[in-house]
Amino acid sequence: MKVNGVEHSPPADPRRLLSDHLRHDLGLTGTHVGCEHGVCGCCTVLLDGAPVRSCLMLAVQAEGHEVTTVEGLARDGSALHPVQQAFHECHALQCGFCTPGFVMSVVGLLAQHPHPSAQEVDEGIAGNLCRCTGYASIRRAVRRAAELSALPLRGEGQGEGRG
Amino acid sequence: MKPPPFEYHAPTSVDEACSLLGSLDDAKVLAGGQSLVPLLNFRLARPAHIVDINRVGGLDRIYERDGGVAVQALARQAAVEDSEIVARVCPLLRDATKLVAHRVIRNRGTVCGSLAHADPASELPAVLLALGGSVVAVSARGRRVIPANQLFTGVFETSLASDELLAEAWFPASPRPFAILEESRRHGDFALAGVVRAGKSLALFGVAPTPVLADPRNPTNGLEPSGDLEATPEFRLHLVRVLTEKAFAA
Repeated sequence: MKVNGVEHSPPADPRRLLSDHLRHDLGLTGTHVGCEHGVCGCCTVLLDGAPVRSCLMLAVQAEGHEVTTVEGLARDGSALHPVQQAFHECHALQCGFCTPGFVMSVVGLLAQHPHPSAQEVDEGIAGNLCRCTGYASIRRAVRRAAELSALPLRGEGQGEGRG
Repeated sequence: MKPPPFEYHAPTSVDEACSLLGSLDDAKVLAGGQSLVPLLNFRLARPAHIVDINRVGGLDRIYERDGGVAVQALARQAAVEDSEIVARVCPLLRDATKLVAHRVIRNRGTVCGSLAHADPASELPAVLLALGGSVVAVSARGRRVIPANQLFTGVFETSLASDELLAEAWFPASPRPFAILEESRRHGDFALAGVVRAGKSLALFGVAPTPVLADPRNPTNGLEPSGDLEATPEFRLHLVRVLTEKAFAA
């Protein structure tokens, strides 16, 4: 399987969850594990570009597919992904535990709806839980992420929003 | 919260999957995994064998057949939700799919898996029942069509035999008016109670061990829903009456 563009072999044990494989075998601890039954959304990653729960997949099932984790969004110190930048600007995190899952879900949401309505924003983040209850700023960040993604020179320097 | 040990099989054809299901003892089919993997993680399910059908080619089609829409075993709920064919032929199925969990779950979960899992509070079994649809079960012994009213036999139980694969579901075109209404504590949760209207037909979910057909004029007749921390039996009956009234007001 490819994880963030790099080829990896699947684990020997078929019962290894994708979430555990990413964290324990590949050291990609940006993917967080909360409830391990698909409710909290912390472990959300992209599978061939679409967000899925990595705790509800066996790692062997990802063989032949491309997995993107939060580490794969802005690699090696490059500019933040527009969704990350928006969460940063809008203070859309408090403790930060749920953040990687939210970010990956929002990447998927904006791929489906580049200009989401208020209802689409709410539905798009409804599958992720923030126990700090920072939803108001997360909603703002989704709208900001949509703006940033629509900019022609996205990710080039700090851009607007910092001024 | 980790799956118990099992032997993993990844067939690449329906024939191979059927031959595995016919020869293995205590095997479970893994499709989208959005219900099965939580059960494994909780160790509520401990099958000796997992038959993962995700490598089977050509089993993810959504197509028109016999005046309805057929949805194959690997068609994801998100694909059904976005399908132009489903929107045109059976918009009730599209509306119901939007109520299943969240988009991230629907990216992986399958319609056929939801039917085979037969959760009494889930939407899609009730839609199949209200529409009078059916499923195609295949095994090494052959194939058979199971009508919806003979498929659901109990809580998480169906009339599928242990060697059968639910290969395809068939939803008749939705008659008008149609509606699916449910009440749940949070967006994406399983419903406390729900109703499906397909023309003159009414099916209820979340209020009995299986989805049930009911008389729109007296929808709670004979119902004995269970109570739990989230809703008393009386409240569930109240919801059935109110939701039925709303569904038939159109």
